[in-house]
Amino acid sequence: MTDQADRKVLSRTEAFFDSDLWWSFKAHKSAVGAAIVLALVIVAAFCAPVLSPQDPYDLAALELWNAELPPIWMEGGQMPYLLGTDVQGRDILSGILYGTRISIVIGVASVVVSLFVGIGLGLMAGYYGGWIDNVLMRVGDVLLSIPIVLVAILVSSVAQQFLPPAWREAGVAAVLVLAIAMYSWVQYARVVRAQTMVERRKEYVQASRLVGTPARRLMLKHILPNTLTPIFVAATLNFGLAILIEATLSFLGVGMPPNQPSLGTLIRVGNQYLFSGSWWIVLFPSIQLCILVVAVNMLGDWLRDALNPKLR
Amino acid sequence: MNTHIPALTVSDVSKVFDVSAPWLNRLIERRPKLFVKAVSEVSFTIEKGTCFSIVGESGCGKSTVARLVTGLYTTTSGDISFGTGRTGRPIRVQMIFQDPHSSLNPRWRVGDIIAEPIREMKLRDDVKQTDARVRELLETVGLGADDALRYPHEFSGGQRQRISIARALASEPELLVCDEPTSALDVSVQAQILNLMRHLQDELGLTYLFISHNLSVVRHMSDYIAVMYLGRIVEQAPVEHLFTAPRHPYSKLLLATIPDIENPRRRIDAQAGEPPSPLNPPSGCAFHPRCPIAMDKCRKAIPELLATEGQARVACHAVTDP
Repeated sequence: MTDQADRKVLSRTEAFFDSDLWWSFKAHKSAVGAAIVLALVIVAAFCAPVLSPQDPYDLAALELWNAELPPIWMEGGQMPYLLGTDVQGRDILSGILYGTRISIVIGVASVVVSLFVGIGLGLMAGYYGGWIDNVLMRVGDVLLSIPIVLVAILVSSVAQQFLPPAWREAGVAAVLVLAIAMYSWVQYARVVRAQTMVERRKEYVQASRLVGTPARRLMLKHILPNTLTPIFVAATLNFGLAILIEATLSFLGVGMPPNQPSLGTLIRVGNQYLFSGSWWIVLFPSIQLCILVVAVNMLGDWLRDALNPKLR
Repeated sequence: MNTHIPALTVSDVSKVFDVSAPWLNRLIERRPKLFVKAVSEVSFTIEKGTCFSIVGESGCGKSTVARLVTGLYTTTSGDISFGTGRTGRPIRVQMIFQDPHSSLNPRWRVGDIIAEPIREMKLRDDVKQTDARVRELLETVGLGADDALRYPHEFSGGQRQRISIARALASEPELLVCDEPTSALDVSVQAQILNLMRHLQDELGLTYLFISHNLSVVRHMSDYIAVMYLGRIVEQAPVEHLFTAPRHPYSKLLLATIPDIENPRRRIDAQAGEPPSPLNPPSGCAFHPRCPIAMDKCRKAIPELLATEGQARVACHAVTDP
């Protein structure tokens, strides 16, 4: 007891930089590298209006005689089109920066939406059990048994039918987010449910029940913080997955339209010109998509190992 | 002390758990519903200021009794009633749990853990008073007031059990249900915690319902003792009475298993066999398959808990109706 009395009480920030997680992060070169790359990609994407040489949304700025210019290091390349231009004279680099921004926003939004739904339903299923649990989990099973791209195509085409025409353009991103979230909440719900069923039986929850804590507060203040670790890992890995799903949908033509392109749309559009020799239109957005997803997944893999007590 | 005023009266309480397989499995495999009778017709009274212990093997239903008394489980039948407390309202009950590693939320600071009952039950008016009360409680259980800012993982098992006791005291209970409070601790630490509990009992006038399988601990703590076997109380007596003159064969068996310092190498005649499954309890007296003096009657009729000499009560055909 005397030994404990001398130990300093750490503040939250100090505790973070003293934690096992931070030490593990510093020790893993791949995690640090992935974090730096990811930070660069994100900063570049969100500074796109400042960084990019051209506003790709401003149709008046496009010059058709600048169409299909190759990258700057090749014969015929021109400043300021570092990575060349597409068939409408749109700068590829600017398109990538703006497209990455859209991809990231849709990825984050769909992770946040599915986190809310998944955590809420998972807590209820795990805490109450019984028929609530049965119904929620069977619904999840059914959703997971359908390929995600089909679910997403279904949702977005149905939504397109029912949205008023004026909203169709603006609502595309929201519909995409919903379509992705509809599928990925199941994973969070399953993790939270399993962990809740373990935590709910623990004695600290019973002790709190004894003083009359209502069920909602029990779930949010006691159980939820103890289920967050695996959720954190799942959310990171799913962020990468959500970006890929969005790109797939956009590539298939049910995602973002060409006038507000995401990385997937850029790849789809560029794909049509691949055999006419303009390989740069499709290659550079694809590389950017790879970098983004690989960096996210590397961070997620590290996090999964770092938070797994059996691998410490 | 206020003797002979009941703090807790438990009358004819039973608890049945539904342990059936899920509905679809039952339908496909054509299996009936399964029920476990964890506690059967248990009755006892605890007088104010005393310590009442329940002992028995694991699975005999003693923890279920503890959870029934605190209200974590609802009774299937029977009645649990509390006496009147110091302020005129019914006695408040709190619980100390067995495992100090799972009874404190690892993500909460100790101060918040102890303050939770105060906040939930609105026992203090503002933050300042709550903090002062938390500090006072920490000192009562032998920890420092500064420990309120630490997390549970910074403490040893014994210290955590002290935190657990402080939390239980925070709601100002008069009856504490202790579910094996020391069985997860080292022997030297056990003694410290038990002494703290006795000290608190004297100081605050607490009444204890003490659940344990450790007979030496029970002897140290309690005034009155009940032995449970497969959901029923088989013998109930003042503690010294039971330790010197046990009547039920199961009580005798339990006492025979206590290691003897005088004679460490003595032969222990532990009867063979495991406690039977509560899913399929034996007919008549549940103890008869292991009992050395079982008679025909024991296989047919469940013995009643009948008074013998002193305040003792025994449920055994061989003792009450030889």
